[in-house]
Amino acid sequence: MRDVDLAVLPGERVLLTGASGAGKSTLLRALGGLLEPESGDVAGELTVDGDAPDRRRQRVGMVFQDPDSQLVMTRAGDDVAFGLENTGTPPELIWPAVDTALDAVGFTLGRDRATAALSGGQKQRLVLAGALAPRPGLLLLDEPTAQLDPEGTALVRAAVVRAVADRSATLVVVDHDVEAWLPLVDRVVELLPGGGAAEHPAGWRPAPLRLPARHPHPPGEQLLAAVGAGYTHRGSDRPALAPTDVVLRAGRTLAVTGPNGTGKSTLALLLAGLRAPTVGEVVPGAALTAGLRHPDRPPARWRAGELARRIGTVFQQPEHQFLTGRVRDELSLGPLRSGAGAAEAHAAAEELLDRLGLAPLADANPFTLSGGQQRRLSVATALATRPRVLVLDEPTFGQDRETWAELVALLAEQQDDERALCLVTHDAAVVSALADDVLTLGRPVGVG
Amino acid sequence: MAAQAVRPSDAAPATPRWRTVDIVVTAVLGVAFGVVFWAWSLLSSAVAPAFAAFPPGQAVLYGVWLLAAVVIPLIVRKPGAALFGELIGATVEALLGSHFGSLVILYGLLQGAAAELGFALFRYKRFGWLQALLAAAFAGVAAAVLDFVNYYPDWTGGWKTTYLLLVVASTVAVAGVGGMALTRALAASGALSSFASGRTRV
Amino acid sequence: MSAPLSLGPARPVPLSAVNPVAQLTAVVVVTVVLLICGDLVTPLVVLAAELALLPAAGLTRPADIARRTWPLLLSAAGITWVNVAFGSLDGAAAWQSGATWGVRVIALALPGVLLVASTDPVRLADALTLHWRVSTRFGYGALAALRLVPLLATEWESIRLARRARGVDAGRNPVAGARLLAGTAFTLLVGALRRATRLATAMDARGFDSGVARSNARGSVLRPLDGWFVAGAVLLCAAAVTASVLTGAWHPVFS
Ligand SMILES: Nc1ncnc2c1ncn2[C@@H]1O[C@H](COP(=O)(O)OP(=O)(O)OP(=O)(O)O)[C@@H](O)[C@H]1O
Ligand SMILES: Nc1ncnc2c1ncn2[C@@H]1O[C@H](COP(=O)(O)OP(=O)(O)OP(=O)(O)O)[C@@H](O)[C@H]1O
Ligand SMILES: [Mg+2]
Ligand SMILES: [Mg+2]
Repeated sequence: MRDVDLAVLPGERVLLTGASGAGKSTLLRALGGLLEPESGDVAGELTVDGDAPDRRRQRVGMVFQDPDSQLVMTRAGDDVAFGLENTGTPPELIWPAVDTALDAVGFTLGRDRATAALSGGQKQRLVLAGALAPRPGLLLLDEPTAQLDPEGTALVRAAVVRAVADRSATLVVVDHDVEAWLPLVDRVVELLPGGGAAEHPAGWRPAPLRLPARHPHPPGEQLLAAVGAGYTHRGSDRPALAPTDVVLRAGRTLAVTGPNGTGKSTLALLLAGLRAPTVGEVVPGAALTAGLRHPDRPPARWRAGELARRIGTVFQQPEHQFLTGRVRDELSLGPLRSGAGAAEAHAAAEELLDRLGLAPLADANPFTLSGGQQRRLSVATALATRPRVLVLDEPTFGQDRETWAELVALLAEQQDDERALCLVTHDAAVVSALADDVLTLGRPVGVG
Repeated sequence: MAAQAVRPSDAAPATPRWRTVDIVVTAVLGVAFGVVFWAWSLLSSAVAPAFAAFPPGQAVLYGVWLLAAVVIPLIVRKPGAALFGELIGATVEALLGSHFGSLVILYGLLQGAAAELGFALFRYKRFGWLQALLAAAFAGVAAAVLDFVNYYPDWTGGWKTTYLLLVVASTVAVAGVGGMALTRALAASGALSSFASGRTRV
Repeated sequence: MSAPLSLGPARPVPLSAVNPVAQLTAVVVVTVVLLICGDLVTPLVVLAAELALLPAAGLTRPADIARRTWPLLLSAAGITWVNVAFGSLDGAAAWQSGATWGVRVIALALPGVLLVASTDPVRLADALTLHWRVSTRFGYGALAALRLVPLLATEWESIRLARRARGVDAGRNPVAGARLLAGTAFTLLVGALRRATRLATAMDARGFDSGVARSNARGSVLRPLDGWFVAGAVLLCAAAVTASVLTGAWHPVFS
């Protein structure tokens, strides 16, 4: 991030956009007073209420891009209370405020729910509740709805708007979904990738999404199927995924949607051969098992190299996927491990880097990439081994218009190459751009 | 920052005050080492019969228990880091059910305090090889003396001397040299970017 | 493996009614007395009392008890044996000395087992900061780290899944297996450090280190029961030492 001049008045609501990797998250951290002066080069000056931002922390409510590492306590209620305790709120006022905040974001699993046993969207709601509960004077939100279902997204937007309704609080929100926030904010500021920021005039509309050309395919051969497959975590009394039937065919794309916590990610892990279902089974088709030493075994028992060549997986949290210290190595790891030659692996890596705009970052550490860049890298790693089946959990979250279009085009090509795709997503645009079939999982598990 | 590029790689951080990240990282490392300690205790009691012919030989296992006392201050570089880290590690080991029981917390405290000495002698201004090896050696002496009092009161002076020498050799090799190597590897992974230990390189 | 890693009880057990600081005080009393005495009678009496408390800590089924205590039993056996075989005594005296050290080790370790089986770490942190004035920054900082213990098991699982998804496994080669294990452990440590760093940032973002005096939502009260519990521990130790002196076994370590 460079040469940004931005003045936000008290009570203002600002939407911050810009290309993936432009520095939005970095700017937000700086506003929150959370950049370590020792961890980088600092230029220019930044003040909140005329003071250094790290002196104003208790007035700031902040939600980071990645919900996974923001939960502090073991139980949901204690976690929301944490921020209130830090501001010295008397105990008798804490619990009502906690309940109000949990209601506002639609977190219905109760205060005693263990924070370790939540789905991605449930975590994001909890983090938001924690930021809203102390009624901050400055609310900084980094893609707060990226992993929420449409219902939850509307609910959270309403809660945020309510929190800043009386103009006593200032809002800076980062989001790529500009349209939805436009009616709710006063200004739209775009960070430019080369440095600097541009302010969009009132009445500005973003360019429409560029959709890829579709070549619909007739249903091809069956590659993978789930037959009554369900999963229950050990020690849990409710199934994370109720028994489900799924068929993946060559050249077709199946979109899996549904509210947060209905078991979409769980289903993805079962189809990917990473977990064995606790009921039912996952059955590979003949085209997929060709060349296997034990073709009668289910994917969960294949050797890792055999699996990676046949089924590619993208995890919901990109960081769970990275194993090396360099973007380039990350991309060539899979091909090398599943038997490709070094030259071939290298060529595949370079092409993917180029297409997804990661070439300048080829030598960076995957963990220092921006949220959107990490997402693209994790999709690229799954494509690198050229598997017949692709299981992608939220492959497009955190993308700007350009990178979104490039990702979707890349996925459409996979489909043209007679691969079977399973997309877990909340993104309606992806569903309409790519899906041949849609599976909607039922009501959230464990909610009344 | 140009000023930082010329600072020696083993220099102290800017302020002695503990930031939240120092506290949490020390505690997390303490917890991680606590689990390692626990597993190591199990292993050590499983292999105890192998040292039947020469019981002081068990001392060679000691280095692993003192890793935390060396690695944590090397990373965090704050006064008290060895003590706090060892305390947490020992507590986790005790809570997970180690044979040393709550006694292990006493061990942790004394070993941590002894390791502090290695860094305190240099007023917490240097965090290099010399300090790491000294800290490991001090902690080893503390551990061996505690063992005599608690477990091997009946041993003769000869056994005791051999044991002490073996413990110190083991801790200097495993906790000192190994700890330094582990710190370097962690810094190279980029995970220590919030610390002076992960940034400054010469 | 992950079972003993779960700290605290799933739901409160009778012993949870005793405030954690009272439990800690009792642990300190018992530990100090056991450290001083070198005879067999004192730890035997204390051990009997500790065993009687197992059901109150929710440890009634033998399987549960074994799950929490097997490491300790294993080592007690080892220590007894080392002292018998290599102590300076011979015959029956050696056996008595060995048994003393074995029983002492179990008696010293069981309080920790009882504490962890009955105490939720959050309550412990609340009690420590409220009653013993432990610094809230260090108390809750350590608590946040402690929460990562069960998460480490989850993290291990997700690293394993990621490796598998990317085609990395060791097959049947034990050397490759050991290298993969070491690699996974290092990845786990690096991941824990990253997580810790971000967690600290998130805590700061929620005003953790802002200099304002912290309040406590759950609170922690000391009741007469807690006093009785500590008094009980003191009485127990007195009774054990008395029994030891009366039977003529008394033999302090530092004599
Ligand atoms: N710790 C770090 N070390 C080095 N580079 C970093 C680090 N964190 C971020 N960057 C780089 O800084 C740039 C801006 O990152 P930032 O996370 O602010 O982007 P962003 O605008 O939020 O993008 P996105 O929309 O994808 O989340 C990226 O190119 C990223 O690679
Ligand atoms: N370790 C666990 N133990 C018990 N239950 C769990 C555990 N992890 C997740 N769950 C529960 O399993 C259910 C399914 O989780 P899953 O991650 O598959 O949901 P999802 O449909 O992907 O949701 P999202 O849209 O929020 O990502 C959720 O209700 C969640 O609370
Ligand atoms: Mg970002
Ligand atoms: Mg999910």
